[in-house]
Amino acid sequence: MKFLLVDDSKTMRNIQKKILEQLGPVEFSEADDGVEALAVIEKSGGGFDMILVDWNMPNMDGITLVGKIRETDKKTPLVMATTEAEKVRVIDAIRAGVNNYVVKPFTPELLLEKVRATMDRMKAAA
Amino acid sequence: MTAAVLNTPTRGKAPPNFTTPFVNSVRNVFAKMVKIDVTVALPHEKTAPEPSRDVSAIIVLTGEIVGSVVVSFDQDAAIKLVEAFSSATLAPTNPDFADAIGELANMIVGGAKKDLGLSIGITVPNVIIGKGHYFAQIKNAPCLVIPCTTHVGNFAVEISIKQKPQGATP
Repeated sequence: MKFLLVDDSKTMRNIQKKILEQLGPVEFSEADDGVEALAVIEKSGGGFDMILVDWNMPNMDGITLVGKIRETDKKTPLVMATTEAEKVRVIDAIRAGVNNYVVKPFTPELLLEKVRATMDRMKAAA
Repeated sequence: MTAAVLNTPTRGKAPPNFTTPFVNSVRNVFAKMVKIDVTVALPHEKTAPEPSRDVSAIIVLTGEIVGSVVVSFDQDAAIKLVEAFSSATLAPTNPDFADAIGELANMIVGGAKKDLGLSIGITVPNVIIGKGHYFAQIKNAPCLVIPCTTHVGNFAVEISIKQKPQGATP
């Protein structure tokens, strides 16, 4: 599996990696913000099984990144992992194209459940 | 002391009960991601300029509330809490140390933001390391300090915010 983790906190990306390794062999790519994430996607040619996106990041925020990804790619599972917990934010993110939403702080169990459920749902819909 | 006591015309208007969301958020972050018990004491007002602790993260709030929140740690506590949070032993000079402190503050303020029930934006955190640093407080707003204790040391959440009057320009 190939995952892209987009978060301006390296600490948070490391925590996510440690949790998501429980899903099996995963090759991780990382980006500090939306601009870097788009560059990683372009350079790698895409093909990610999951992209986790933070909301508040410098240079390009997560909601803008999701919109840009969805301009050309409707299929890659996208999960927003953010401290933005208001209902209006969740609705905005879903409208932009995320498939699931995890509010920080999260337990390892919750993150695993959301990522698994999203990947299963997207596979079933393919 | 309660927030309501501080809501006088001379001190500016802070949102009512605005400390509770921060107390709940500290407990939630520590339970889910730091896994260290935290005891939160009653908030008190910072009535005169006094330095924050050794390691601080500041986040600015915008929108229907303006001001800032500082999460400030004693250095030993900061090192041990970062270790518990990130599973890495990091010196304060390591950039990843500031990153971890910033992310802890980000989750505390982000969690409180939802429960404040207003339209609020938050900046990415800035981290300051060094004894005796001060933060300038927003004018005409109280600065409330929520002291927090853990078995690895102490920290505090310093909240200096006020509700923007209706019709005020951003």
